[in-house]
Amino acid sequence: MNLNQFLIMRHELLLIGVVLLVLIAELFIKSEKKHFMIPFAIVLFLLYTIVGFLPAKTGVLFGGMYQTSELVILFKNILNVAVFIILLQSASWLRKDINHERISEFYIILLSSLIGMNFMISAGDFLMFYLGLETATIPLTALAAFDKYKNKSAEAGIKFILSSALSSGILLFGLSILYGTTGSIYFTEVAEKLVASPLLVLGFIFFVSGMSFKISLVPFHFWTADVYEGAPVNVTSFLSVVSKGAAAFIFMVILFTVFKSLSNMWGDVLYLLSILTMTIGNLFAMRQKNMKRFLAFSSIAQAGFILLGIMGASELGMTSVVYFVLVYVFSNLAAFGVVSVISDKTGLESMDDYNGMYRTNPKLSLIMMLALFSLAGIPPVAGFFGKFFLFTSAASKGYYWLVLIAVLNATISLYYYLLVVKAMFINKNDTPIAKFKSTFTDRLALIICVAGIFAIGFASPIYELIRSLSFGF
Amino acid sequence: MNILALFIIIPILTIIGILSTKDHRGTRIVSAIGMGLQLITSVVLIIMFYAERNAGNHADMLFMVDYMWFESLNIHYLVGVDGISVAMIALTSVVTFAGVFASWEVKDLPREFFISLIVLATGVFGFFISLDLFTMFLFYEVAVIPMYLLIGLWGSGPKEYSAMKLTLMLMGGSAILLVGLFGIYFNSDPSGASHYTFNIMEISKITIPMEAQRFFFPFTFIGFGILGALFPFHTWSPDGHASAPTAVSMLHAGVLMKLGGYGCFRVAMFLMPGAAHELAWIFIILTATSVVYGAFGAIWQKDLKYINAYSSVSHCGLVLFALLMMNETAMDGAIIQMISHGLMTALFFALIGMIYGRTHTRMINEMGGLMKIMPFLAVCYVIAGLASLGLPGLSGFVAEMTIFVGAFQHPDTFHRVVTILACSSIVVTAVYILRVVGVLLFGPIRNDEFLKLTDAKWFEKVSTVTLILAVAFIGIVPIWLSDLIRLSLKPILDQLSSF
Repeated sequence: MNLNQFLIMRHELLLIGVVLLVLIAELFIKSEKKHFMIPFAIVLFLLYTIVGFLPAKTGVLFGGMYQTSELVILFKNILNVAVFIILLQSASWLRKDINHERISEFYIILLSSLIGMNFMISAGDFLMFYLGLETATIPLTALAAFDKYKNKSAEAGIKFILSSALSSGILLFGLSILYGTTGSIYFTEVAEKLVASPLLVLGFIFFVSGMSFKISLVPFHFWTADVYEGAPVNVTSFLSVVSKGAAAFIFMVILFTVFKSLSNMWGDVLYLLSILTMTIGNLFAMRQKNMKRFLAFSSIAQAGFILLGIMGASELGMTSVVYFVLVYVFSNLAAFGVVSVISDKTGLESMDDYNGMYRTNPKLSLIMMLALFSLAGIPPVAGFFGKFFLFTSAASKGYYWLVLIAVLNATISLYYYLLVVKAMFINKNDTPIAKFKSTFTDRLALIICVAGIFAIGFASPIYELIRSLSFGF
Repeated sequence: MNILALFIIIPILTIIGILSTKDHRGTRIVSAIGMGLQLITSVVLIIMFYAERNAGNHADMLFMVDYMWFESLNIHYLVGVDGISVAMIALTSVVTFAGVFASWEVKDLPREFFISLIVLATGVFGFFISLDLFTMFLFYEVAVIPMYLLIGLWGSGPKEYSAMKLTLMLMGGSAILLVGLFGIYFNSDPSGASHYTFNIMEISKITIPMEAQRFFFPFTFIGFGILGALFPFHTWSPDGHASAPTAVSMLHAGVLMKLGGYGCFRVAMFLMPGAAHELAWIFIILTATSVVYGAFGAIWQKDLKYINAYSSVSHCGLVLFALLMMNETAMDGAIIQMISHGLMTALFFALIGMIYGRTHTRMINEMGGLMKIMPFLAVCYVIAGLASLGLPGLSGFVAEMTIFVGAFQHPDTFHRVVTILACSSIVVTAVYILRVVGVLLFGPIRNDEFLKLTDAKWFEKVSTVTLILAVAFIGIVPIWLSDLIRLSLKPILDQLSSF
């Protein structure tokens, strides 16, 4: 194995380098100057993100265990941008005294989780896939419990580790059955030897259930709301955007490559899951008053829409999923960004606290409105295009009734998104959230998100780029 | 530069202009200038359109511009106009212009108000010039969503409820519509090479398989029909109109509801003529119900805005009713009715807003004798009322006359019976209009407070006079409008008669 081959793993290796640098810097920095770690880590990660966009080699390593393609690299870059925005958003939260001693810990744990995700989406066999998944999940537990002095945060941590341990167990059981029936763990070989025997179907169902936990599809979603509510806002946004996006991507890739010949079966399974996920996610989201829980349920519903793209099982479907995740990164992070800024400045997280906010903080309210419209799929912001293409993908296979249910669900989701808009713009409040000035990093993060929300929809080259890299069958 | 691009660019520039203003004076002046330019542009468009036609250009669509947008899905930014869209654009500019002046005194968050209003208008303009189903759908939704803030923030009465109801019902309509559009898209390539298109003109050249038409026609027609207040999906309209601020009621009843009718014939009937013939009877019954029900609904109302909202349901039902008759005279009448009702109802809502702004009540039994107090507004109200009940010389007469003559041309019993039933709405309309005029304007003055009220201010005069001129113009020279429409109706009628 020479250097050139090594460079195929550029993303992972550089990221490990970043983590080590942060770790080393942490050793040498004086206790009272810990906050210098924040710009250091952000700049370091920014450099890494930029390097990630440089042209890279693709190929297969370790005898097929690890593989990258242009699409995988693109997806890693999308995740990097998302994490960069999250790092910006978390800066002012980390600056607080209570987090002073744990700044570097946050970065190291968060980026370790990202390393796991990178390995997971580059997996070429089920072993690497599982290792990546666990590397991504375990640090997340620590992150969820990061506000350990808060009961809810500790609760979130324990709930997350228990439910992910359970789902990993189920997933692993499914994978071992797959190995038992096909005699291989390599994606390509499993795909060749796949015969629909009852045992294999059982393994497949276990696999889907395990993945459904990770993407929080209904009825495997019960951990989501509590964990999202308890975890610090920035961790919640990491969970709901980066973690979910990566899991959805690899789920789609495995379905498209490994379980290609079972496509009729998983078509039916996903049909049911997507209807359940959209509908129940929406019905629960309507009743939420805490903004984090609200966004948690809304992100459950969004996962249901992603399944529509996967069901397209075509180039168009894959394009629409990756494109939707890209749009979702910017829209959801904009929404979480506003929640995070307000939570940092005032500690308020309830929807009623947002009443009358437009009169005191017009810019934040506008950004929130744009983000919510984008999540609801209202033109001219990017969410409209993302949803439209997902629906196109499902319609291309003739799932017209499913599309009808999905668009009606999108209308229902508009209802609760409008509730927030109503709170900010229309509801009267004698003591609205006071006018405040957000920090530079918060503003930068929100500007990037808003630019993304506006630009991605109209910029068809981005869509066409993803399209040219996608594959279907 | 293509003239149609101006209809998108001018509003955007106006919005940027509004953002740079400091107070409500600057805001409204910038908006008035912007929308005035828009009005001038649409007059120029009409002149250019006639010039092209007289020069012998008989293409279906003029001033077409085509940009490839999403290449792999064959989505284009494709715009172009025929006579009907030109007429609709002219209507929109007139109503928007009048709407800006009708909201001259919005003091609460004026910048946000005018920006939302102009975004709404942009969506409408974009919709009328689109020839690609994707962009058409995009603009349709752009036109609907600002309504939520406009009604919720600046409305009156149960505004939050009405705003939510209206937005969700219209978005639900667009959801149903989207399924229809996908159905059209994925059936747009009979060769089986998966080269689908959203281009309306191209799809009209092929025949969508009959079973697909039967399945997707109802989705498309109802999807658009909800915006056109098709019974039983009209319930958003009375509440929405009643709670909306003046300019929004004007734009909404005057223009936005016309998107429904326009979409019904431009997309649903034009692209799926077979199913249109087969399923017309269902929708004829529904629209005839709209017509009669709306008129009777208006009789029972005591609130001026509700009266007008129900009357709009009735009149917009008449548009869809006439379209479904599918002959030249009736469809001609349908388009004239769209324009005529758009102007007339905008005038109504403008006047109601102005009266309400003075009396602070919209209940007709609390007011009376307004003719003595505010003669200008009262006279305008009478004109609007007479146009609405179809007095010759005003636009309403031309429209309704043409529609019923066209509808009666069908020799079979079913069509004749529903036509006669629908005709009865004319009488009912006369009842509620004359009752309002009688009580509101001519009765005794019931409240001494009202004696202190003033007549119209200059900006209110600008608003109403613009609309009255347009109403009278169509009433006196309907041939001008018919000329615009007739040639453009031909491809649609050819398409429909091929089945």
